[in-house]
Amino acid sequence: MDFQHSQASHCESGVMSTMLRHHGLPLSEPMAFGLASALSFAYLPIVKINGLPLVSYRMPPKFIIKGLQKPLGLTMRFETFRDPAAGTRRLDELLGEGHIVGMQTSVFWLPYMPEDLRFHFNAHNVLAYGRDTASGDYRLSDPVFDAPVTCPPEALQKARFAKGALAPKGLLYYTTGKPSEPDWDKVIPQAIKKTTRIMLNAPLPIIGTRGIRRLAGAFERLDANAVAQSKLFIGQVVRMQEEIGTGGGGFRFIYASFLQEAAAKLARSRLDELAENLIDIGDEWREFALIAARMIRDREPLDPAKLAAKLRQIADREQAFFLDLRRAA
Amino acid sequence: MLDSEVPQEGNRTLGGHRKAVYARGADGKVHIVQSAGWEVEEIVTRQAVEDLDRLAEDARQRVISGQVSPLEYHMHKARMDVPMLAQTTGLWQWRIRRHFRPEIFARLSPALLGRYAEVMGLSVEQLKKAD
Repeated sequence: MDFQHSQASHCESGVMSTMLRHHGLPLSEPMAFGLASALSFAYLPIVKINGLPLVSYRMPPKFIIKGLQKPLGLTMRFETFRDPAAGTRRLDELLGEGHIVGMQTSVFWLPYMPEDLRFHFNAHNVLAYGRDTASGDYRLSDPVFDAPVTCPPEALQKARFAKGALAPKGLLYYTTGKPSEPDWDKVIPQAIKKTTRIMLNAPLPIIGTRGIRRLAGAFERLDANAVAQSKLFIGQVVRMQEEIGTGGGGFRFIYASFLQEAAAKLARSRLDELAENLIDIGDEWREFALIAARMIRDREPLDPAKLAAKLRQIADREQAFFLDLRRAA
Repeated sequence: MLDSEVPQEGNRTLGGHRKAVYARGADGKVHIVQSAGWEVEEIVTRQAVEDLDRLAEDARQRVISGQVSPLEYHMHKARMDVPMLAQTTGLWQWRIRRHFRPEIFARLSPALLGRYAEVMGLSVEQLKKAD
């Protein structure tokens, strides 16, 4: 099959960008991310990963895949399976028919992942585009890798049927129709407005700029005596921000790139100015991560209140930014 | 972030892999750049890995001294905790904690051992030993 891999910063937008290009619609990763209104912030103290709360800098898994359907007039098919063997048979069937197939996997079971990054994170997206005839290994396009990879069938089946939070249940997704070039003047402002609604007017105080402030509050409440536990909490927040496939500052930069593309497509220079602004905010997130990491390694005194102040400052800037963006859209 | 500021200091947790990040070029446009890694990511990833390794090593010592069963060691080794092991095996958390007791673990049925081994990607033989 004629298939072109490309590396991306985030797995889900990367998979969709590659899949759409394969079907004849060249769409950059930032455009896929922005059109699906995937930028967000959520602090979920109830969802625990190894006993620590989940912090997310984007919308939940599958949001991009589903969110691109409407603007692009695209029909995605989703299939999950109760029986792992049936899931594997179906994957082979689809590959046999010449589809490229998106899959949700757990990074823990993917043997090509670097050892240190193999945590039980169940929402990593990869594309399958064939099988190696000699070994039977699947040929995968993992968007966060710079080249295609291969994976033995048993390992892939385990990764697709990992259990626990966000269990993939063997999820496969693919498109049957051809995506069409959208009416940019219509879909871009709609997508931007949706993002501003998520960031500014979410009904729950743990989402959007209010979520950032809520997280700042959690930092302030850390027990000053439980140093190791506090450091794990701080480390977790930064890890969710900067590690492979995610990236809090990273998502701000992707969205800035989307705004620049949008500015060019719609001939609105105001969006270029806003992109500059968002790049600055992304840098603030990186600075926050840097201070946090220094505290974890005792290069500066552990001071959660200082981190909380930084978060509140970021929350203020994001609030002002998304208000401006709403006006511009 | 300017593309010239993209961290290239290396991050051993990436295992030589390079990740793609977006940064601003000299022309003002944001574009994709490969990064060899940022020390900040290395610090937080190592912190998490070291904490898990510490739990596993601590459990291994207690297995050797006969205080706990190898199950607890393997749980940490597989980077899991009790709630996650409960979710993946479908067993109650209190039952799993009970299986941490060596005398009870020694009497587990092959079916139950198989269930634990399966979710941790081990053979039953491996599960019975802490090494």
